[in-house]
Amino acid sequence: MCSYIVDKVRLTGSAKGQAGWLDVDTANVYFDHPFHAMLDHALGIDFVNERDGAPERIAVELSAESAKQLALSILVALKRGAAEHGDAA
Amino acid sequence: MSYLPMTTDIVSFDGHNGVKGQAYYARPSGPHKLGGVILIHHLPAWDDWCIEACRKLAHFGFACIAPNLYFREGPGSPDDIGAKVRARGGVSDEQFLGDTAGCMKFLRAQPESNGKVAVMGFCSGGRHAWLAGCSLPGFDAIVDCWGGNVIVDDPKDITPARPVAPIDLTEKMTAPVLGIFGNEDQRPNPDQVNRTEETLKKLGKTYEFHRYDGVGHGFFAAERPAYRAEQATDGWKKVYGFLDKNIGPRIKAL
Repeated sequence: MCSYIVDKVRLTGSAKGQAGWLDVDTANVYFDHPFHAMLDHALGIDFVNERDGAPERIAVELSAESAKQLALSILVALKRGAAEHGDAA
Repeated sequence: MSYLPMTTDIVSFDGHNGVKGQAYYARPSGPHKLGGVILIHHLPAWDDWCIEACRKLAHFGFACIAPNLYFREGPGSPDDIGAKVRARGGVSDEQFLGDTAGCMKFLRAQPESNGKVAVMGFCSGGRHAWLAGCSLPGFDAIVDCWGGNVIVDDPKDITPARPVAPIDLTEKMTAPVLGIFGNEDQRPNPDQVNRTEETLKKLGKTYEFHRYDGVGHGFFAAERPAYRAEQATDGWKKVYGFLDKNIGPRIKAL
């Protein structure tokens, strides 16, 4: 399938691209044919700065299973961070 | 036995609203009269696979134009350009049809044209091929390779940019259509392919459908894991045969 579905997540943070670090304010999350990963379908995330017109993207293409593991790992890290640092994670 | 020499160019065509579009154009070299094919790329990008398929059609004796539906985004890596278009929800059907009409005009204006034109697409391009075949007059053949959303079962897939399910326009289809599908595909799934065929039968349209066991989506793409050599080889033969019959004769090497 080619899916047109894009889930836009508003972010606060930075990512490192080809020219160095940049602010990112959006993640475009989708599931479709990857461009590079040797998979039939992949979970894609493009980190961009839409405020600046998204001239560059920092992209990943992940298998469905590894994307789920990543999502869980993010939640685990946030939970541990909150416990250790007391931030509002 | 020899092989056809080939000429390729990046060309300009009259896109939607009069904007000059960009396309790859491949055809056998020499003083031939050729059937033309408009090859529509899939959503992710105007990518290497699309260009390879365009050259393949030229290699087998047709003039093929593969428009870059994302040319308005300017130059850049095809995957980055595709990501930009995806983030905006893809191109509209209206814009696509305008660009495709321009490609048809381009093909018929070439001195090597035999006057016949087909539209062919993979995946979302298969939907586009169906849409164009029902919306633009003048096609002599349509090739839908596993086009998803020809039948729309989820109302969320009807959007302002894509306001119709192409199946609902089938009555307006005047050219024969070839469909190539994998029986393990989920979009279109076998039930949707069956319902598409029922619509063609009911409306008395001329068609060929070929369904392949053991394959899912995108099984022609030799550099991807979905590639299935046996089914892809047969599928390409079906494509050449169909085009030969409807926009040919194709030029063959001696």
